[in-house]
Amino acid sequence: MIDMDLVLEKLPAFFGLAEAGPALPGRDGLLLTLELLTLSLLAGFALALPLALLRASKNRWLSTPVWLYTYVFRGTPMLVQLFLIYYGIAQFEVVRASWLWTYLQEAYWCAIFAFTLNTAAYTTEIIAGQIRNTAHGEIEAARAIGMSRWQTLQRIALPSALRRALPAYSNEVIMMLQGTAIAGLVTLADLTGVARQIYSDSYQAFEPFLTAGAFYLTLTFLIAWLFRRLERRYLAHLRPRS
Amino acid sequence: MLEDYLPGLFAGLWMTLKLAALALLFAMLLGLMGAAFRLAKNRPLALLAELYSTMVRGIPDLVWMFILFFGGQMLVNDIALALGLAPLDIDAFIAGALTLGFIFGAYMSETFRGAMLAVPPGQIEAGHAYGMSRLRVFCRIMLPQMVRFALPGFSNNWLVLVKSTALVSVIGLDDMMARADVAKSVTQQPFTVYLCVALLYLAITSISMLALNRLCARYSLGIREAEL
Repeated sequence: MIDMDLVLEKLPAFFGLAEAGPALPGRDGLLLTLELLTLSLLAGFALALPLALLRASKNRWLSTPVWLYTYVFRGTPMLVQLFLIYYGIAQFEVVRASWLWTYLQEAYWCAIFAFTLNTAAYTTEIIAGQIRNTAHGEIEAARAIGMSRWQTLQRIALPSALRRALPAYSNEVIMMLQGTAIAGLVTLADLTGVARQIYSDSYQAFEPFLTAGAFYLTLTFLIAWLFRRLERRYLAHLRPRS
Repeated sequence: MLEDYLPGLFAGLWMTLKLAALALLFAMLLGLMGAAFRLAKNRPLALLAELYSTMVRGIPDLVWMFILFFGGQMLVNDIALALGLAPLDIDAFIAGALTLGFIFGAYMSETFRGAMLAVPPGQIEAGHAYGMSRLRVFCRIMLPQMVRFALPGFSNNWLVLVKSTALVSVIGLDDMMARADVAKSVTQQPFTVYLCVALLYLAITSISMLALNRLCARYSLGIREAEL
C-alpha cells in the first residue's frame, strides 16, 4: 500500500537536499523545523523569565498586564497569531515605512516572532506558577542569612523554581515542536511544508506525510528523553529516597 | 466595509462550534475506549491503545489532518475503484470532525486513564461484591466518580481542541479562518479581520473556562482540599 520507493526517493528533500526533490533551497525540511523551534524557544524563554517575575509579583500593576498578555495568547490559536503577524502587519503604514519591514515581510521572521510570543506566554505561566510555589522556608532562610532581594532571587528562588518547572516545560517544548508544523501554511518549507510540496507533485498522501510524521515522532522521543535526563540531574533532590 | 463580513465570520463561528462539539463527542468515545483498553488485562489491546496514544501525541495535528483527510480520501477512492463504484466524495465536515476526534481521543484517553486509576479500587470491588456486572460497575460507580478527577485534564483538552479547529480550513472547511481569508482579501484590512477572529476564539475559550470551572466546583462538592 505504501510505495517505499517514493519514500526513499523523496527522503533527501526532508534534509534540504534540492536535487532530490522539487526546487527547494538549502536548509529546508528538518533543519528549518529545528531552527524555528530552537530560535523561538530561546527567544521565548528570554522573554518569559522577566515576565514571570512580574507575573508572580504581589504588585497588581505589574502582574495584571502580564496576566492579560498570557491570557490572550493562551486563549487564541497560534495559527491566528501567525496570520495576524504575517498578513496583518502590512495593514500599518508605519511598520511598512520602518526598518522592521525588511524582517516582517519575510515569512521566516513572522513565524519566529509569532512562535516566540506564543511560547513566551505559556512559559511565563509555567515559571510564575513555580515561583509562587517556592517553599516559604527557602526564602526565609535566604533573608535570615542576610541576602538582598536580588541575591535571594538569583541564588535561591529562580534556580529552585526553574528546576521544578522542568516537567511542565518539557511538555511545552513538545507542544511547540508540533506547533511549528503550521509554518508550512505561510509558504515556509519546514518538515510539513516539504511533505506538502511532495504531495502536490506526486498526488500521493500517505508517503510524504507519514515520512514527516516519523520525523516528528523521532524528535518528540528525543526531546522527551533529553528532558528525562535533565530531570534526573536537576530534580534529584526531589526524588523519593529508596 | 468590514461590517459586511461580520455575518460571514459569525457563520464561520457557528461552523467552528458545531465541528468542535462533534469532534469532542468522538474524542470522548475514543478516549473512554482507549483508557479502558489501556487498563485491560488483555496485553494486545493494552499495547494497541498505548501505540494509538503515543503515535497521535507525537505527530502534529496538522500532519494528522493531511494523513487522514487526503490519505483517507485516496483510500476510499481506491476501494471504490476496486469495487467498480464511482469515486465517492467524503463530506468534509464529518471527515474534519472524525479527524479531530481521532487526534483528541488520544489526549482524552490519557486523561481518562489517570482518572480511572484515581478512583479507589475498593469502590469497584464493593460494586462487584454486590453482584453488579462489569458494565454496571463502570456506569454506576466508575463513571460518576472519575468525572472529578478527569475534569481538569478534560478542560485543558477541550481548550486545545477548540484552538486546533483553526486548522480545518486547510482541508476545505468553511470555518472562521476560511471566512477571514476571503474577508481579508476584499477589505484590505487583514489585521482587523484576524483580530476579530482572535476575539471570537478568546470568547469561546473564556466562556468554556468559566463553565468548566463551575462544573468542577459542582463535582468537588463535599471534597475538602488540603490547606497550607
